[in-house]
Amino acid sequence: MRVVIAEDLALLRDGLTRLLEAFSFEVVAAVDNGPALLPALLSHRPDVAIVDVRLPPSFTDEGLRAAIAARERIPGLPVVVLSQHVEQLYARELLSDRGGSVGYLLKDRVSHVGQFVDAVRQVAGGGTVMDPDVIAQLLESRSAAEPLGALTAREREVLAQIAEGRSNAAIAAKLFITEKAVSKHINNIFAKLGMPPSNDDNRRVLAVLTYLRA
Amino acid sequence: MDLLPTVRTGAVAAARGLLLAVLSLSLNIVLFVLFLVSFLLIPVLGIGVPLFPVVVHLVRLRAEVERRIAGWSGVDIPSPYRPLPPGLWGRFAAVLRDPATWRDAAWLMPGAIVGGVLGLIAVCVPFYGVEGVLLVPVLITDFVDWYGYGVVWPIDGFFDRLLVLPQGVLILTIGVLGAPLLTMGVARFAALLLAPTAAEALHARVAHLAATRAETVDAQAAELRRIERDLHDGAQAQLVSLSMTIGLAEELLRRDPDAAQRLLAEAREAGGQALAELRRLVRGIHPPVLAERGLPGALSALGLALAIPVSVEVELPGRPEAPVESALYFAAAELLANVVKHSGAASASVLLRWEGDLLRLAVSDDGRGGADPSRGSGLAGIGRRLAAFDGTMVVSSPAGGPTVVTVELPCALSSQRTSPSSGTG
Repeated sequence: MRVVIAEDLALLRDGLTRLLEAFSFEVVAAVDNGPALLPALLSHRPDVAIVDVRLPPSFTDEGLRAAIAARERIPGLPVVVLSQHVEQLYARELLSDRGGSVGYLLKDRVSHVGQFVDAVRQVAGGGTVMDPDVIAQLLESRSAAEPLGALTAREREVLAQIAEGRSNAAIAAKLFITEKAVSKHINNIFAKLGMPPSNDDNRRVLAVLTYLRA
Repeated sequence: MDLLPTVRTGAVAAARGLLLAVLSLSLNIVLFVLFLVSFLLIPVLGIGVPLFPVVVHLVRLRAEVERRIAGWSGVDIPSPYRPLPPGLWGRFAAVLRDPATWRDAAWLMPGAIVGGVLGLIAVCVPFYGVEGVLLVPVLITDFVDWYGYGVVWPIDGFFDRLLVLPQGVLILTIGVLGAPLLTMGVARFAALLLAPTAAEALHARVAHLAATRAETVDAQAAELRRIERDLHDGAQAQLVSLSMTIGLAEELLRRDPDAAQRLLAEAREAGGQALAELRRLVRGIHPPVLAERGLPGALSALGLALAIPVSVEVELPGRPEAPVESALYFAAAELLANVVKHSGAASASVLLRWEGDLLRLAVSDDGRGGADPSRGSGLAGIGRRLAAFDGTMVVSSPAGGPTVVTVELPCALSSQRTSPSSGTG
């Protein structure tokens, strides 16, 4: 699987490269600034890009902007955005083109190597993976608002798991319930949120997040 | 010209004229006599020294009332007095040395004449007009034969009576239009002597700057101590424990690989905690989203994080200086936190606008109101921090709501790039 990395700190850039190569990814380019990212993405057309939000020269959100610009040129280009902090604002912007294939994770998550590599593969495969902190912020900020208030505690847990990109089987294993129970909860959630049921993981996440964004 | 507001303005000015006339003609003269007597009694040590400051205090109260009334006419007269030291001698010496004392005294008699004459004209002319419009002179001439009105003395016969109404209308019009000008004149005259001189204004400015600088320095030192403590007890301690765990795992790697693996998992956990701790700390110092997106993005992000919907509207043609951005951000954060904690509001809104060298931030909610800046330490704290930038905060929060807190900062924008942004969260 071919990867482009954008990270300005050499230590982290080399670490990411080493880590991904250990899991038999092929790092075709590793850039250290914002302006170099877009050309690299356009010329290499990687299977997935891993991008730091804050990049030189402006040290603001160059990486995020470049990723969004690249996805305008190459619709559905899989991008995993990494950051020292997560913001709902950025999550919205990444999800706004509804193309899927988006990951938004804290850099901390890289230390759970197995989970991180899974997340990258999931995004490359068209999935959407949001950091648990994003989900926590969303649920916290909206917990008082209707109609999310109508969800039971268990349904909220399931919703959070869906948003993190987990499959029904993974959710069942994580929450120690049967897969059948999971799909029942999911149907309840969609019914309560007034959305048609769907079996497609990616569409589920987008639907949920689009709803939360309202 | 709208009739109703003009009449209302005129009536208010006439009432103000009456107030000015009464105050000037009674208090000013009495106070001037008291001032003279107490001043002349100064050589008689036992009496003059304690008496003079008391009389000066009364004169100052009178002058403050005059400044307030001038303010109603739109003439802003700041208070010129220097702060008084404690102790009898200290007060006496300070009062004697403060030029404002003598300027107040110099104003008393001319002020009495100007305020009395102009104030009486301001109130009497409209009243005379009303008398004519209500045809009161006509009624009076039914009983006495010498009474007249306007230019007709005495009123004699049908034609003279006919003239009363148009004269009344004319005089009332002149009175209503003239009263605001007259009270304005009184205010302008007061400003000549009661406003601080340039030196006094500078004096007050320096005192204000010294006070706010001291507060800023204190607040900064306290903030640094807090950060140091947080780092010391938080991330630093966690990193120490982390490196100890890794060291131990290194030792155990050959002898007991399973234990080493457990320790490494533990170390990773500790690393995550240290990162979370640092993230929390960084947010408190300077939120990353503020650095990355400026106020439009940071305020939107702030709104998104709240439990109630917050509409955020920002109109900035450029970016303010970083300290100003930061002050406004934390003010907005604190105000929104107050909304969630105290107001019981269902929604809130944040409006930030740049209006000719002035940044205006308004945070409003539809909650129960009744917020009092003198009670809540949070609101007072925002006011104190804003003072370092010459910023002001005004709280409007009637019982039952809505609450609107307006913060204003004088500010120039650095880069004139357009970044309009709005959103609902």
